[in-house]
Formats: sequence, C-alpha cells, structure tokens
Amino acid sequence: MIRNHILAMLKYAPAAAYVGLVYVFIFLPVVVLVLFSFQDASLPIPPFQGPSLRWYKAIFNDFRIMDALGNSLLVGVVSAALSCLLGFLAAYGLARYRIRAAGMVQWLLVAPLSVSYLIIGMGLLITFKTMGIPKSLFAVIIGHVVINLPLAFAIIYSQMGEHQANIERAARDLGAAEWQVLLLVSLPLLWPALMASFFLSFTLSWDEFIIALLVSRFDVTLPVEIWSLLRSGLNPKTNAVGSVVFIVSIVFLAVMEVVVFGRRRSK
Amino acid sequence: MRANRKLRGWGFVGPSFLWTAAFFVVPLLIMAAYSLFQRVAGRLVTDLSFSNYLTFFSKPHYFNALINSLEVTLVTTIISIILAYPLAYILAYRVPPRWQRIALMMAILPFWTSYVVRSYSWLLVLSSNGVISNTLQWLRIVDGPISLANSRAATVVGFVHFFTMLLTLTIFANLVQISPNYSKAAADLGASRFQTFWRITLPLSIPGVMVGAFLTIVLALGDYITPQILGGLRELLLPQAIMLQIQRHANFPMASAMSLVLMVVISIIFLLFSRWLKMERM
Repeated sequence: MIRNHILAMLKYAPAAAYVGLVYVFIFLPVVVLVLFSFQDASLPIPPFQGPSLRWYKAIFNDFRIMDALGNSLLVGVVSAALSCLLGFLAAYGLARYRIRAAGMVQWLLVAPLSVSYLIIGMGLLITFKTMGIPKSLFAVIIGHVVINLPLAFAIIYSQMGEHQANIERAARDLGAAEWQVLLLVSLPLLWPALMASFFLSFTLSWDEFIIALLVSRFDVTLPVEIWSLLRSGLNPKTNAVGSVVFIVSIVFLAVMEVVVFGRRRSK
Repeated sequence: MRANRKLRGWGFVGPSFLWTAAFFVVPLLIMAAYSLFQRVAGRLVTDLSFSNYLTFFSKPHYFNALINSLEVTLVTTIISIILAYPLAYILAYRVPPRWQRIALMMAILPFWTSYVVRSYSWLLVLSSNGVISNTLQWLRIVDGPISLANSRAATVVGFVHFFTMLLTLTIFANLVQISPNYSKAAADLGASRFQTFWRITLPLSIPGVMVGAFLTIVLALGDYITPQILGGLRELLLPQAIMLQIQRHANFPMASAMSLVLMVVISIIFLLFSRWLKMERM
C-alpha cells in the first residue's frame, strides 16, 4: 500500500518538479517586487531589511501618484462604459437588422484589434496635432475606446443568438415598443456579456501605457506616472505602487469572478 | 417600411462606425500621408516621395531595428512555447479537476500586475545589484557583481515570462476541449502513450499553439515597454526606434513610415497564421 503510494509519487515527481520550476520563474519577479516594497532602506535590493511601511506612506502622500490613480480610474470607467454602449448598439444593429455591407462593417469594427497600440497611439497623436486638439485625458479616453470597442462589440455580438431574437420577437408580439424591447428584454439578457466587456475594457485601459504616454501631457494615468518614476532607477516607491496595483487587481479579479462567473455557475 | 428598417439599423451601427472611422481609419490615412512627407532641417516638407521608406530599408541604422525585433520575437516565441506546452499539458491532464482552476489561476497570476511594473520587477531580479547577482556572489559562484540587465537576453527573459503565461492559457483551453475518446481509442488499438501523444493529442492541440504564437508575435513586435526597460538603448528594437523618432527628433514622417512597415510585417504574419485564426460567428 505504502509502496504503491511511493511509486505513484515517483511517477508524478518529474511533472511536479517541472510545474514547480516554471511556477518559480513565473512568481520570481512578483515576489521580489512585493517583498522589497517593505524594504527599510533606500534601495530595493538584497539584503532585505524591514519590514517597513515607509514606502507605502510615501506613495499615499505623493499627490502626483494619487492624482494619476484617480485619472486612471476616470479614464478606465468612462472608456469602458463608452465601449460597452457603442459595442452594444452596433451588435444590436448588426444582429437584428439587415444592413447593406454588413460584413464590411463587422470587419471594420474589429480591425483595430490587429494593429499595435503603438501605431494607434501615433496615428491619434499626429491626427490631434494636425487638427490642433491638445494632449489631454480626453484624448486618452478616445484612444482607449478605439482599442476596447472591438472587444466589447465582439463579445456582445457573439452572445446575440437566435434564441434571444425569439424572445425579443415574442415581446414585440405582446405589444412592447422598440425601446421597451431594447431596455427590458435585450439588455437584461445580455447582462453577463456586458459585464464581461466592461471589466475586460476597464482592465485593458487601466494597464494601457503607450497611447496614454503619447496623447497626454500634464494630467497622466498611473502607468505613465510609474514610467516617470522609473527614471530614478531602482526605487522602493515603485515597488510599493506596483504592489498596490497588483493587490487591487487581484481583489478586482475576485469580485469579477463572483459577479460575472458566479452567476453563470449558480444557474 | 423596409427602407425605414434599414435606416434604423444604421442608427444603431452608426456611432461605432463613425468612431472607428474618425479615430482609427482617418489617423491611419493621415499617417500614410505623413510617411510620404519629409522632415528637413527641422521643418516639415510636404513633397510626396518614398524617401523615408528608402532610408529605412537602405540604412542599417534603421533597418537593423526591424531585424532585431524579428530575431527577439522568434526566440521569445520558441522558448515560450517550449516552456508553456508541458505546463498546459500537466495542468490539463495530470492535475485533479478540482485543483485545475486554481492551478491555472496561479500560473497566470502575474498577469495582474501592471505591464510596466512587471518589466521593472525583472530589473530588480537581473540588475548588477539585484537578486540573481547577489545570490550568485553569496554562493561564491561569481566574484563580483554581474549585470544581466540592459541586454537582449534581458528583453527575452521579460518577454518569455509574459508570453509563457499567455501561451499556457491558449494551449490549456485547446487541450481541455479535445475529447478523451480519441486517446482512449488509440490506446485500445494498441498505441503506446508516446504514440498517442505524438499522433493524436499533439496534432489536435496545434490550433491552440498557433493562436498563442500569433498573439505572442504580434504583441512582442509592437511592444515598447519591455525592450526599453530591460534591453536598454545599446541595441534598439523597432518600437524603440519609432519612439526615438517621435520623442528625440520629432520626425513624424519617418516615425509614420516605420510604423507602416511594422503594420505591413504584422499583416503578413496574420496572413501566414490566418488558417488557425478563424473567429466564431465573425
């Protein structure tokens, strides 16, 4: 019995060792990042001294970082909401009405997915420059809708099947007006898809760097502010900001797991 | 009535259509026009010519950035697949189902740090006063500090870290969709475990590998952050060279031309991979 147990363990040992090694590689930078955010010295390098919360105090007292955090939340929420709204309307129009050149329109709406953020950002930079539109958070929001609209559209469109069209038809037969169908039938049915698109869009906007760098100037988002922190080289403050972002994302992820996927599983 | 319905359809699609046209298509067209202009002695000259493209392809100073990008991307993709495939395989077939979800979540946990911070974290590990250098000195393997940062290898490490997670996801998603009946049938017909893997599982999992590889290639070719933080400025990749034209030289015509070259390269790669990238319901 015990012998079989040991044999089984030996059989799985190589696989376990491999997984262990890859996990070490995957976790190494994150562990180092978080560990040295508690460093009680001015450089985040070995030997570890501490733990100390001085760098967390430092970032919460740094108004530039706090402003950037607020800006990122604003840009994330507004651009994700806009992407979902536009994506939902487009998906509804394409799934429920016959439109000339529908294939081409679909293709155009998802086309930004195949272009690097750097190129999208540069195009916007040059366009805004030519038209005399100043660099601002507003410009960042425009850019983030460009990259998130295709995803929101694709996710919502993929959930608009025949099944749902039948329910909408039934509502119309029972006398619902078009706006009632949209608000009281289609929207609730698509709720999971809308939530998924919103959270995905927010996450991508929250972490987007290159477009934000190119089209903003005085008010910047968090990734751009972190970028300017990097100019001072290795700095425990950067570790602390990074750890906060990481922990906030994990909490966010847990909430999303419960809100979006928990629902589906409970059904 | 029918015309009315058509119009109403456009009412729904219109806003997205206009947004994409105004902030995606028009900027690309303006960029294409800019790429034919030149910047001479600090001024924009609007004579149309292909001189920026000629400069790019004839001067090694520019052209090498493209070659560097392609080399780094190729190496990154190969190493990431080699690391990710066994991990995805073990997660899909060897980990008990109730642990699968949590094990997969753990495997991609660092996804959730910000991208900029993730590259910075590798700097903490690889720099001359960082974790690896210190550990090796402490173990007396090396005498003085060694720096692994500011090199092509550091860029590759940063990339491999990120894309191993991505590929693990796409390959895992593919592996769990393969019906176990195929492997069972193969085993019943006398195939060894290796034969079953080589002739059944591996071919059926190629789409997952290809989708992941495509995403890896496209994202790595267009990324500015990782090479800028980890690779340094000794050897530029294409996005770094493009940003240098914008930030240092304010040469938008050259930057536009280089961006369009990058776009064409990515389009070619898309065509090469297109048979594995069929989207559902699109």
